[in-house]
Amino acid sequence: MEQLLKDFLLSKAWYFIAARGLTAIVILMSIAAYAVLLERKASAWIQGRVGPNRTNHPLIAWIPFLGTFLQKGGFIQPAADGLKFLFKEDPLPGHVRKTTYVLAPIVALAPALLSLVMLPFGRLPTGEVITLCPGADIGVLFMFAISSLGVYGIALAGWSANSKYPFLGAVRGSAQLISYELAMGLSVLTVFLATAAPGQDNPLSLVAMVDGQQGAWNVLCHPVAALIFLICIFAEANRHPFDMPESETDLVGGFHTEYGSFKFGLFFVAEYGHMVIGSSLFILMFLGGWHFLPWLPTVGTGYVAALFGAAWFFAKLVAFLFFFVWVRWTIPRFRYDQVMRIGWRVLLPVAVLNLLAYFLWYAIKG
Amino acid sequence: MAIKVVERRPLSLAERTYLPQILAGLKVTWANMLRPPVTLQYPEERPAIPTGYRGVPTLVRDPNGREKCVSCQLCEFVCPPKAIRITPGAIAADAPNAHVEKAPQEFEINMLRCIYCGLCQEVCPEEAIWLQSQYSMTGTSREMMVNNKAKLYELGGTLPDGHYKWDRKKAEAERQAHGGH
Repeated sequence: MEQLLKDFLLSKAWYFIAARGLTAIVILMSIAAYAVLLERKASAWIQGRVGPNRTNHPLIAWIPFLGTFLQKGGFIQPAADGLKFLFKEDPLPGHVRKTTYVLAPIVALAPALLSLVMLPFGRLPTGEVITLCPGADIGVLFMFAISSLGVYGIALAGWSANSKYPFLGAVRGSAQLISYELAMGLSVLTVFLATAAPGQDNPLSLVAMVDGQQGAWNVLCHPVAALIFLICIFAEANRHPFDMPESETDLVGGFHTEYGSFKFGLFFVAEYGHMVIGSSLFILMFLGGWHFLPWLPTVGTGYVAALFGAAWFFAKLVAFLFFFVWVRWTIPRFRYDQVMRIGWRVLLPVAVLNLLAYFLWYAIKG
Repeated sequence: MAIKVVERRPLSLAERTYLPQILAGLKVTWANMLRPPVTLQYPEERPAIPTGYRGVPTLVRDPNGREKCVSCQLCEFVCPPKAIRITPGAIAADAPNAHVEKAPQEFEINMLRCIYCGLCQEVCPEEAIWLQSQYSMTGTSREMMVNNKAKLYELGGTLPDGHYKWDRKKAEAERQAHGGH
């Protein structure tokens, strides 16, 4: 059993690699599906509604109590939503640029899947890190590089749709991504400087960063950096209040106006995938990763501790996704010029000042 | 009228960061989340229908169980979308209500045409047609959406009014026949 687990995590045999890839897809798809459910339920609670509570399958409805619970909680709804996307007619509008139109959803989803592969979820008692792509811990650098590629999906979609609203959405999306990438990178630099010891062979490792948070979480040591990073992941994931590329009130549907059925579904999964990646990065870098609350000792030993670690990580992820949803249904969207002003004239200078202040503090501390 | 100039206070630093406002907003939505939902789960829960609601038009009987409609066809004439169709009929001479002279042989209201305006109720001299509390009218064919006489009486039931117009007319006629004034 232990050998199988290790093989699954570490083996370079093609079938284990395929299994890991499949796991990544299944994890992302199901988290995205249930994030949509969370979104619908939380928005309903905030607005005094009930949310999806009708969808069920006769076979599941037949189970006493559990069937009713699953129906009331809307837990079958994601399956219905997904199947709807699958079985709908997939139209190809006559006025689009066909190749890029078909390519865009794939280009949007691929980076989300790719960066998921690099995420560490926990640690085995033997010391190995639970991740889908072991031994390639260039962590943050890879994450930033790949997740930024997600904007190509948006840009291609907006351009290939050959109509004005998608185009405006795509332009906004690209501009927003460039503006917030800078502040994001600068904000995490302080965390790296604090974590990486001189002469360490892997200074950009996410695992090293999580290990460094055994005691105090980084969000307590670097609150300004955490705040800037938080705002930036909202912008990077194109979530409210920064959902410029989509902004359904002024741009119809933004970059995916001309898309329908499964291609739209892929964009949808990609959006939630970026949410998952952004939340995971924030948890790993600022909220202690798979450690339980700060300064508290680990629960259990051996594999129990490993299991609990992964569970803490997952619980934090769910809480953070809920935070994304909560913010979305609380505050209205910023105007485009406000988004640009916040990015360039507030976040970037504050990130630079934060870095300088950290340098100064580091120098004085000696 | 005196003009009152509202002083525009410059925003403080905390206000310009938006963050306190966002936190206040999050607090509001959090409080909302803990409140019970206001949704009416429709097919299981039904709304309370207020008195005087103008739902599906129906035919009613008086407290003695007598059919009130006298087949005068005023509602048929007044109905703007021509939803009502009445086939007048006679009342048998030996029936207890023979003095009323006429009753509808068939009375049909096409609910696909009805606009729920209530003019039929307003025009009826016998107060025989009433828009009552039924608000949901469904059917799977055009025929099912036409209410015939039996259905209309089933929906309408009896209304407790104290007019007894035709009973009084009958009593008056009998009194005069016996040499009264």
